Parts: sequence; C-alpha cells; structure tokens
Amino acid sequence: MVSHKGSSKHASIENATWNSGFKRNGFILKELVTKDFKLKYRRSVLGVLWSVLNPLLMMIVMAIVFTHMMRGGSSDKFPAVLFPLYLIIGNVTFAFMNDSTTQGMTSIIAAAPLLKKVKIQRNVFPIEKALFALVNFGFSCIAILLVMIFFQVMPTWNFIFIPLFLVYLTLFCIGLSLFLSTLAVFFRDIIHLWSVVIIAWTYLTPIFYYPSLLPGWLQNLEKFNPMYQFIEYFRSILLYQTTPSLKHNLICLACGLVSLGIGYLVFKKNESKFILFI
Amino acid sequence: MDIVGSSKAQRVPSAFFDKNHAQAVQKEPSVITVSDVDVVFNIASEQLNSLKEYFISLARRELFFKPFHALQDINFEVHKGEAFGLVGTNGSGKSTMLKCIAGVLEPSAGDIRVTGSIAPLIELGAGFDMELTAKENIYLNGALLGYKKQFIDEHFDDIVNFAELQDFMDMPLKNYSSGMVARIAFAIATVTEPDILIVDETLSVGDFLFQQKCEKRIQELVNSNNVTVLLVSHSIELIERICDRVCWIEKGRQRMLGPCQDVCNAYKKLQV
Repeated sequence: MVSHKGSSKHASIENATWNSGFKRNGFILKELVTKDFKLKYRRSVLGVLWSVLNPLLMMIVMAIVFTHMMRGGSSDKFPAVLFPLYLIIGNVTFAFMNDSTTQGMTSIIAAAPLLKKVKIQRNVFPIEKALFALVNFGFSCIAILLVMIFFQVMPTWNFIFIPLFLVYLTLFCIGLSLFLSTLAVFFRDIIHLWSVVIIAWTYLTPIFYYPSLLPGWLQNLEKFNPMYQFIEYFRSILLYQTTPSLKHNLICLACGLVSLGIGYLVFKKNESKFILFI
Repeated sequence: MDIVGSSKAQRVPSAFFDKNHAQAVQKEPSVITVSDVDVVFNIASEQLNSLKEYFISLARRELFFKPFHALQDINFEVHKGEAFGLVGTNGSGKSTMLKCIAGVLEPSAGDIRVTGSIAPLIELGAGFDMELTAKENIYLNGALLGYKKQFIDEHFDDIVNFAELQDFMDMPLKNYSSGMVARIAFAIATVTEPDILIVDETLSVGDFLFQQKCEKRIQELVNSNNVTVLLVSHSIELIERICDRVCWIEKGRQRMLGPCQDVCNAYKKLQV
C-alpha cells in the first residue's frame, strides 16, 4: 500500500494538567504578551510611562515642525489650534500598524527553535505581536487623552465607536502580520523591503498634513489607503466629533476582514513548509 | 540524598525488571504508530532565502531538483508505557523522525498516529527567553508545552525543588550555565506524567549528579507504565539501561527493530 500524501494525526486531550484548543492558545498568547511587555521596559527607569511619553514627545516635535508648514492649508473639520491632536491620533494609529507588522513579520523566524521542536499552533506568534502592539496602543491612547484634556476637548457619545475601531484595526494588523510573517520565512528580503514600504506609506498617509494639500488625483487615491480610512475614522470620533458613517464603518470592516482573510489563507497554505526554511 | 549512592546498586535489579517490563508493555495499545514514513527534503529549495536567489534559480530552471531522502520506509509502533530508543550514527535521520512524531514536520508519505500529550525535552532552552528570570520562564515554557496555569501554580515548588535552583529563581536565564538551564527544562517537562516524553540528548549537559537524577526520574516514569518514553542518545549505555525496544535508523533507512539488547549489540559491532 502506498499512500501518496503524508499525514500525521495527533489527538489532543484536556484534563487537570493539560490545556487544549482555545484555552491553550489563549494562555500562550497571554504569556507571550506578558513576556514582550516585561522585556520592553525592563531596566528602564520610567518603564511603561514611555508608552505614554513617546507619542507625546513625538507630537511635540512634529507640532513644532509642521504647524508653520501647514499654515497654508486648513481643514474645515476642526479648529486649527487642535493640530497637535490631529497629529497624535494619526501617529499613534499608524504606529500600531507599524509595530505589529515589523515585529509580526519576523515572529515566525524568531520562534524557529521552538517551532522545530514543539507542536504549537504556529499562528500564535504573528497574532501575539499584533496583540502586543494593541496593548501599547492602549497606553498611547492615554497620551491622546492627556492632549484632549489639555485642549479641553470634551468626549462625546461617539466614543462608543472606539471598540469597533479597535476591532477593525486589530483584524487588519493581524492579517498583515500573518501575511508578512509567511513571506519573510521564504524571502528574507521582505524584511528589508518592508521598512521602505513603511516609510513610503507614512508619507502617503495624511498623518502630519491635511489631505486637501494633496493634488486631486492623489486625494482620490487616498480612498484606497486603508490606513487613511482607519486614521480618519479615529479622528472623526475624537477630533471632528462626528459619528462615523455606515459607509465608513463598512469600509474599515472590509479592510480588516480582507486583510485577515488573505493573511490567514496565505499563512495556512504555507505553514507546513515553514520548518524547511527556518 | 539516596539518588547518588544507590544508582549503581539499583541498576542491576532494574535491568532485571526491564525484561518483565518489556514483555508487559507489549500487550498495551500502541500510542505511536509510524507506518511507511518517507521524508524527502528538496535540497535546492532549502537554500533559497532571498528573492534574488529565487529568480536566478528560476531562470536556470534549477528550482525543483535534488530530492534528498532523509527517511525511507520507516515502520514501528510504540506501546503505552514502553521505553523506546532510537539509535543511529550522525545524520541518519533520528532527529527528523522525532520531529515527525512531535508533529512539527509532516512526512512526505506514510502515516504517523500519536495518541496523547507530548512533553518534548528535545533541545535545551527551546521556548526559553534568556532575558527573563527563571520563574518567568517556567510559566512561559509551561504555557508553550500546554500546561494549565493552575497546574503550574500548584507544581511550581516541585519544579524548583527538582531543579535544585531555589536561590536563583529571580535571576535572568542569561546568567545561568547551560547545565542550570538543562535542570529547569528537565524539571518542567517531567513535573507531570506526560503520555509521551521525548528525550533527545538533553541529559549530557548536566553534571553527573543531575544526570543520575534525571535518569532516575525517567526510570520512574517508565516504571509507572503510564508514560511512553522516546529516547534518542549517542550514549548506548544509557539506551541499554532504560529502553525496552530500540529502532536503529541508518542513513534514513530502518536497519533493525527489536529488543533493546539485540539491537544495541548489533549497533555496537558497527561502531567498532
């Protein structure tokens, strides 16, 4: 008897000692996030405070540089004095994507010693990096809150859209992270290329400038930039104080689901070959 | 410390016991079934790590060639409670076999069936983070092995006591010696009775006292008849002491399968 395709079957069990399925991966995710969190701030005096300070300092630097430059353009959606708030929302949102993709991309390669020895659901590693970035994003949101208090911007009931926003963006980041981690296993070039892509993406996204400063064709093109959609969504909740439209919700949801779908499928299709390349 | 002094005296009766043990476990159901397993590596594709290399070899049409048979036609069953050894010279495919059993590598052909929980003790520090303290690593590694948090909480002291590293729990692992890391790794993997324990050369790192302690623990697990131990080692004496049956894999092919002493004797003849 010749079987053409190899197969291995591992029955999983659950009892007082062993976790299985969802709980097992949940515990692994929690431990990995805890690990990353501890390592990020170990031996720094201010510790987790940096997650709040970093976006604030960044905002101050950028506000000094760009407030003058942006004097020509304007936005009819918010008073010009709130430009720093405009900056920090864009920055923090983009940083979430940046963190989760750059770290998620190399997560499978970094977990190589483990993946070669122990049967673990492989996608926990890129997913964990996205969740860790989400935790950091949470701390950065404290910085946003401080800026809002400083400018005496009152929160509105639009805040109830924040959880939705987080879901959309996290799905998007997990998807990208899964996709990039797969590519990076087979082609390490992606790691170098992605840093260039990130820079290009930063400049092409209206983070520190108004979209109205762009030429018309580029403004139209921005509609297809998921990060622009996400940032505008977050700004509309916090800064413009308008309710995100149904259309805007659907666009962001679609961005998240499409990214997750593609990432998941590409990852799933290739994960059994990882071990040959890591 | 009774472990130290009595180890030699214990071995004679344990070898005697082994024979009965080997016969007894043959009646148990099999927990690992390896049938007609082939593993083929594509040597060319293993080296392609960049787009440039990929396109160059694509242009040269060299992409899909040079298959390498790491394992061919491997067949064996391991019964519940059995201590099963894998021997073979360097590069004959022992580790590849273990990877297949651990479920991290899919065979190119054939079937592998594994029933139960696997505690791999394959490489020191896989799943450890050197920057974290020993205590943090115990939880991290426990999670990765699949333990419940509550279980680790309850058995934390057992792990620490077995590793004999009570005073170093809050020290980052990077300051540990490799032997100390081995102690922690072994303690975590064997604190419970896993259904299957995979041991690959780990014991050689610790000092002789700890080696004896580990061996004693493995022996305990074997004698409990609940734990199936899969042992890969170049120390033929260790295999002889612990295993019931042994499979000898040479250059990817199954050379011999049978009772421990028969296979070991044949293997030793090759060595000389």
